[in-house]
Amino acid sequence: MLNCIQFWGASEEGSAIGKVTAAIVGPGNIGTDLLAKLQRSEHVEVRYMVGVDPASDGLERARQRGVEASAGGVDWLLDRDERPDLVFEATSARAHQANAPRYAQAGIRAVDLTPAAVGPLVCPAVNLREHLSAPNVNMITCGGQATIPLVHAVSAVTPVPYAEIVASIASKSAGPGTRANIDEFTTTTARAIERVGGAQRGKAIIILNPVEPPMIMRDTVFCAISPDASRDAITSSVHAMVAEVARYVPGYALRADPQFDPPAEDWSGWARVALFLEVRGNGDYLPPWAGNLDIMTAAAARVGELLAVASAPAGAAA
Amino acid sequence: MSPAARDVRITDSTLRDGSHAMRHRFTTEQVRAVVYALDQAGVEVIEVSHGDGLGGSSFNYGFSGVDEISLIRAAVEAVAAKIAVLLLPGVGTVDDLRDAHEAGASVARIATHCTEADVSVQHFAAARELGMETVGFLMLSHRLDPAGLARQGRIMVDAGAECVYVVDSAGALVLSDAQTRVQALIAEIGSQAQVGFHGHQNLSLGVANSVLACQAGATQIDGALCALGAGAGNAPTEVLAATFSRLGISTGVDVDAVLAAAEDVVRPIIPRLPWMDRAAVVQGYAGVYSSFLLHAERAATRYGVPAHAILQRVGEAGYVGGQEDMIIDVALQLQEEGLVAAGAGLDRLGGRGLIGSGAGLDRRLLTTPGPGGLAALTSAWWPDPVAALWYASDRRCASVRWYGGLGKDHGRFGFYGRFGAQ
Repeated sequence: MLNCIQFWGASEEGSAIGKVTAAIVGPGNIGTDLLAKLQRSEHVEVRYMVGVDPASDGLERARQRGVEASAGGVDWLLDRDERPDLVFEATSARAHQANAPRYAQAGIRAVDLTPAAVGPLVCPAVNLREHLSAPNVNMITCGGQATIPLVHAVSAVTPVPYAEIVASIASKSAGPGTRANIDEFTTTTARAIERVGGAQRGKAIIILNPVEPPMIMRDTVFCAISPDASRDAITSSVHAMVAEVARYVPGYALRADPQFDPPAEDWSGWARVALFLEVRGNGDYLPPWAGNLDIMTAAAARVGELLAVASAPAGAAA
Repeated sequence: MSPAARDVRITDSTLRDGSHAMRHRFTTEQVRAVVYALDQAGVEVIEVSHGDGLGGSSFNYGFSGVDEISLIRAAVEAVAAKIAVLLLPGVGTVDDLRDAHEAGASVARIATHCTEADVSVQHFAAARELGMETVGFLMLSHRLDPAGLARQGRIMVDAGAECVYVVDSAGALVLSDAQTRVQALIAEIGSQAQVGFHGHQNLSLGVANSVLACQAGATQIDGALCALGAGAGNAPTEVLAATFSRLGISTGVDVDAVLAAAEDVVRPIIPRLPWMDRAAVVQGYAGVYSSFLLHAERAATRYGVPAHAILQRVGEAGYVGGQEDMIIDVALQLQEEGLVAAGAGLDRLGGRGLIGSGAGLDRRLLTTPGPGGLAALTSAWWPDPVAALWYASDRRCASVRWYGGLGKDHGRFGFYGRFGAQ
């Protein structure tokens, strides 16, 4: 990418050689947690935190962490002499729809954490490789990031005519945006189960649970499979995928071995594998029970790193 | 009876809540027969949907035998009564509601957990836009105090609900618990919307709670013929009609005709009458969502742990409607604990080395004999002799023995195998 190459040639004081620069737009809980994760990255350096409210706590938190922060919005960001290579959008679908063309025009690649889905749906453990040159990638949904790797793990070894996921999250971790448009979660996740997970048909269910202390995010993945499918192949594929996701979400774990059931009366002749997941957050800025938010920021940070490595000139990112 | 002339409107949910008890396998013919009988009896609103609402057909809740939209269409074509549908945001979507409306449904009942009313806002807006009558359902109402429940009811009314129900999904509200919640809702929303009550029979109080709700000012009440519904069933429509009639509360429902509908139409098609058995009472007692019952029974059979123990644990964990998947998770936990308890019994029998590693313990480990040549063959939850013999032959053990203990040995019982060549 042109702007990356320019950057490599002109490394500035205060920015480590070999890092791609980034901005986070949206200084809320997600943006702040993402900042904490990216500040540990060897490949991405966050230069800017951008909001629209001068009184935002998130901007102040970013300044305390040594990041230039402004309430001047995307106008301010695009006015910088040194524009970032990457922007992480942690605002709203509507805001990203408005901002996306402006990032594209400025040659800034966007990692979109909103449900806007301007770019292709990506899950770093599954299909990012296919979209390394996309100008804009979308992080699907929290439930999608948690469950699609496992749908893919099953569909990689046996056909999956139908996959269904149930995401249970703590009420406290569901923000007003999610609540106002919960259909967006179910429809986007279902679509991604098909397109990214590899199931012929997908269904997604989300449950908010207000129990105190808040429940850790739980996800269940049901896949219809042939009664003759190899259980050993599925089990080892699933365990390998859990290990892969756990590289960027350490609290990602199966609660039990895959549960196989033979065809039941109402399953149209299909057998079923059920996978029970727990997603414990890393507790960077968000509390550990908010695994649904953590897996979004962790997956977005992972995407940022992989994009940075892929776009670096040979030898520069080693 | 014209709507203005009655005190209470009964909504019958045989074909929605009763769908749980039918494992979501109502046929078109059954739906036609039930709605016709209800309509003849003067029931004005009849709910038809998958038990978990529109879009509920799934691995998690059970697949519909016949697509619910076909059932809704059949009901609409059969009678003049209004056909209602249930929708749980997070399970069903506005698209599902549009499909139901297109099939002729005219009442949209939008259900959320009692603390999460704000997830229903977009669905109420869509229902109003479609010109449907709107009802809000605050599920598991026992989980929130009356004032808190009233605040959630306010959110639904502001979003467009014309009635808000106190929904006793677990059958856990005991008399004044139901009445104070109805009173609080009425105090909050006044004449801006009606208040309703949906009762379950897990503690046998569905009808009594409904009466108290009416006396507190509720004007919509749910029932199901033969109590057909989740858990120990719903307040039976025919008993509600008879009881209200005796109290001089008019419902517009003909008691004779609704008794006939229950006895002659529904009774012959249902596999078992809902009943307050141990598991169902535990649901009411522990406050567990009623539709978990059959799922818990299935998991009990599959994993060899008691259904009532699963439901008790589900109640302690505070799982809410829709989290049926957690039942399997709990059953797996109990199975492991049962195996650990069975393993602990080995201590006394000279089988050492198998216990003390609860995490990651599985059946393979426990059925591997320790230095004493003994291994647990069954879980303490489920000391099944058939399973014991199966494992004994599978593992080629020399003899099988029973160990049982009470008191401090409670839970340490089951079948053990002695393995010869150690």
